[in-house]
Amino acid sequence: MAGPDTVIFEEEFTKINAVCDRLRGEANALVVFIVDKNGQLISASGETEHLDTTSLASLTAGNVAATGGIAKLLKEKEFATQFHEGEKANIHIQIVGQRVILVVIFDTRSSLGLVRLRVRKAAEELNKVFDSLVEKAKKPGAMSVLEEITDEDIENLFNE
Amino acid sequence: MSFINYSSREINCKIVYYGPGLCGKTTNLKYIFGNTAPDAKGKMISLATETDRTLFFDFLPLSLGEIQGFRTRFHLYTVPGQVFYNASRKLILKGVDGVVFVADSQIDRMEANIESLDNLRENLADQGYDLDRIPYVVQYNKRDLPEIAPVEELRSLLNPGGVPEFEGEATNGRGVFATLKAIAKLVFMELKRSRST
Repeated sequence: MAGPDTVIFEEEFTKINAVCDRLRGEANALVVFIVDKNGQLISASGETEHLDTTSLASLTAGNVAATGGIAKLLKEKEFATQFHEGEKANIHIQIVGQRVILVVIFDTRSSLGLVRLRVRKAAEELNKVFDSLVEKAKKPGAMSVLEEITDEDIENLFNE
Repeated sequence: MSFINYSSREINCKIVYYGPGLCGKTTNLKYIFGNTAPDAKGKMISLATETDRTLFFDFLPLSLGEIQGFRTRFHLYTVPGQVFYNASRKLILKGVDGVVFVADSQIDRMEANIESLDNLRENLADQGYDLDRIPYVVQYNKRDLPEIAPVEELRSLLNPGGVPEFEGEATNGRGVFATLKAIAKLVFMELKRSRST
């Protein structure tokens, strides 16, 4: 199989959520969320009740993947930042450490300059958290839930 | 590449439906979407052209139940089948946990099937995957149409390795859930195997 599975533990999950919450406050943003490059939502902060975060995560990852494809054609490593301006809402998309995507949605109560500044700081913090996650996931027993899956579990999933 | 969250107790996996243009990949997803309980599915997203051809991908998030106290979620994707969208197909295969190859059973689509299967193998190899080693099933779709090839012929051309195979009529749902269940099972078996060795 190519590449390792992504795994998030309680401790890092709390830290990631804290970074998202802080960034949302400091950047005056409406919503902040983090997605892995395959489109899985890792964390979301803010007014997410009215948002389809699963779809947003998948589309953001698709968008980043497509932009990455363009970068490759232009012999660029990546375009790490994207910004889309709407009439009411704006979206700032930042690739962090080439592995996760940090998304900030904001309106006129904030500005692109402020968001960029705060995103830079949050990205550094997130990098540290994800570095420690990678190390942790390598340790034996880190994925114990997968080792414990029985054939019966798999069968039961379809007999309900 | 599965995603496991110990905090929210979730296991997420990605399945990609692959196959030649107009073979019924999107129709498979639409049937699943239309016949799944509302609380087990999210919104289906189709990035399509004005003529309803898949431009980038279709996406359907699905919950399957619990395993070892973890909620299992599958993200189903289709690729655009038309030949010239190959760059997009490559991107969608990133991080895939299992592949469904949807073949078009019509005799005059046999070349397109073979071409698409070769393309799948190449694109997977580009991402570091080997089609012979990943969870993989085949669906012979459009069995309800006239002028179709016998299953034996399809098998010898498209499934010489003998992976699980299903006859399908995606428009009325025949074979759709059997295909999905088979690939989901294989994905979990692979997750277990890859961690037990």
